[in-house]
Amino acid sequence: MKPPPFEYRSAHDSTETVELLTEYGDDAKILAGGQSLVPLMNFRMARPSVLIDINQTQDMTGIREDDGHLVIGAMARQRVLERDPTAGVAVPLLPAALAHTGHTTNRNRGTFGGSLAHADPAAELPALLVAMGGELTVKGPSGTRIVPAEDFFLAPLTTTLAYNEILVSARLPRLPSGTGTAVEELARRHGDFAIVSVMAAVHLDSNGRADLVRLAAGGVDSTPIRLHEAESVLSGGTLDETSIDAAATAAADASHPVDDVHGTASYRRDMVRVLVARAIRSAIANR
Amino acid sequence: MSDKHTVTVTVTVNGQVYTGDCEPRMTLADFLRHECGLTGTHLGCEHGVCGACTVLLDDVAARSCLTFAVQADGARITTVEGLAEGEQLNTLQKSFQEHHGLQCGFCTSGMLMCATELLRENPNPTETEVREGISGVLCRCTGYDSIVKSVMAAAGDQRDAVSEAGSAR
Repeated sequence: MKPPPFEYRSAHDSTETVELLTEYGDDAKILAGGQSLVPLMNFRMARPSVLIDINQTQDMTGIREDDGHLVIGAMARQRVLERDPTAGVAVPLLPAALAHTGHTTNRNRGTFGGSLAHADPAAELPALLVAMGGELTVKGPSGTRIVPAEDFFLAPLTTTLAYNEILVSARLPRLPSGTGTAVEELARRHGDFAIVSVMAAVHLDSNGRADLVRLAAGGVDSTPIRLHEAESVLSGGTLDETSIDAAATAAADASHPVDDVHGTASYRRDMVRVLVARAIRSAIANR
Repeated sequence: MSDKHTVTVTVTVNGQVYTGDCEPRMTLADFLRHECGLTGTHLGCEHGVCGACTVLLDDVAARSCLTFAVQADGARITTVEGLAEGEQLNTLQKSFQEHHGLQCGFCTSGMLMCATELLRENPNPTETEVREGISGVLCRCTGYDSIVKSVMAAAGDQRDAVSEAGSAR
């Protein structure tokens, strides 16, 4: 058998999950879609002594609109979210980003919350949450707390979640109609983790000036990063080649990639420049 | 659950009920092969990359090496053994045979299960959609062209069957 032995518990809802996490402490891991955790266990890089399976829970699956926001349950399957008409209209970045997340078979099982809690710095959903300025709802023994996306991710595979907390849902602001969005991703093969990914959303006012700019990049730092400097360059102005180039340069300057087998740091920084410019242009084009 | 180290799992595979005791860490793939004796589901990488172990879990394609058998307790599973209608290969299988969709055959069960879901959801796929649909399964013979042709031809055969049934009515 590939994975190390573990004790199996199946939780009925998020409250019981928190109780079990509290009971078992650091040795327990939550099992959601299993598309990242189980490979790590099969390689024996992860050896949790208890798995708390949340696939039977029913209280974290919904996808709904609420007061100008899209609220997505942590257990929403990525494939369901990708094809959800409400989600696709409210945040068109979602289906575009999910098209890059693994393969259909992974997304059939993989969950929205699982990808966020796993916090791979090159994964699409964490970068999307950061780009959108989303908020995560985290449940613990003493109730729930709200964490802004930029504060949720701390380091590769590390979030602000305490050992006995579970991510139950996330809220994304609905994008105003007429917002152009784009996902640009560089990967060796379709479905691989990104070498660099860029998420962009742009809305122009009636004078053609940008009144909403959202930019984030994945794969270029220890967490996905919001590209605030690049957004500032564009906000309030008309988007022409000069401002787009300046924003792309600002984005590259804000990236702190490292060398690895997939590419050098300087290559990644160059790709941030290229992909940010490309993403802004495609976002403008598909408004 | 008999004790902390063993669980009893009951699954319905291709319409037949199987019950077995296993450790929680036994993957669904191992359960199908060792407890149910259904060795048509192949295990390549055992860490969710090659897709050879793809089965339909409650009608949804899933990698059986990334799902524990205990999680499938009570589920309905279709494996490659469940595709043929008796001794007759189904349309997709026949198409793989006719269009040289398998070389060594190792990835074939994964390809067939992925393509089954693809054609159910999208009976009229473009070649790009077929390539994307099977992208989660690796063929190390690199025989993708013939596999894509097989799936495209199967989609055509299914459409012909539907229109024949329609005109006969």
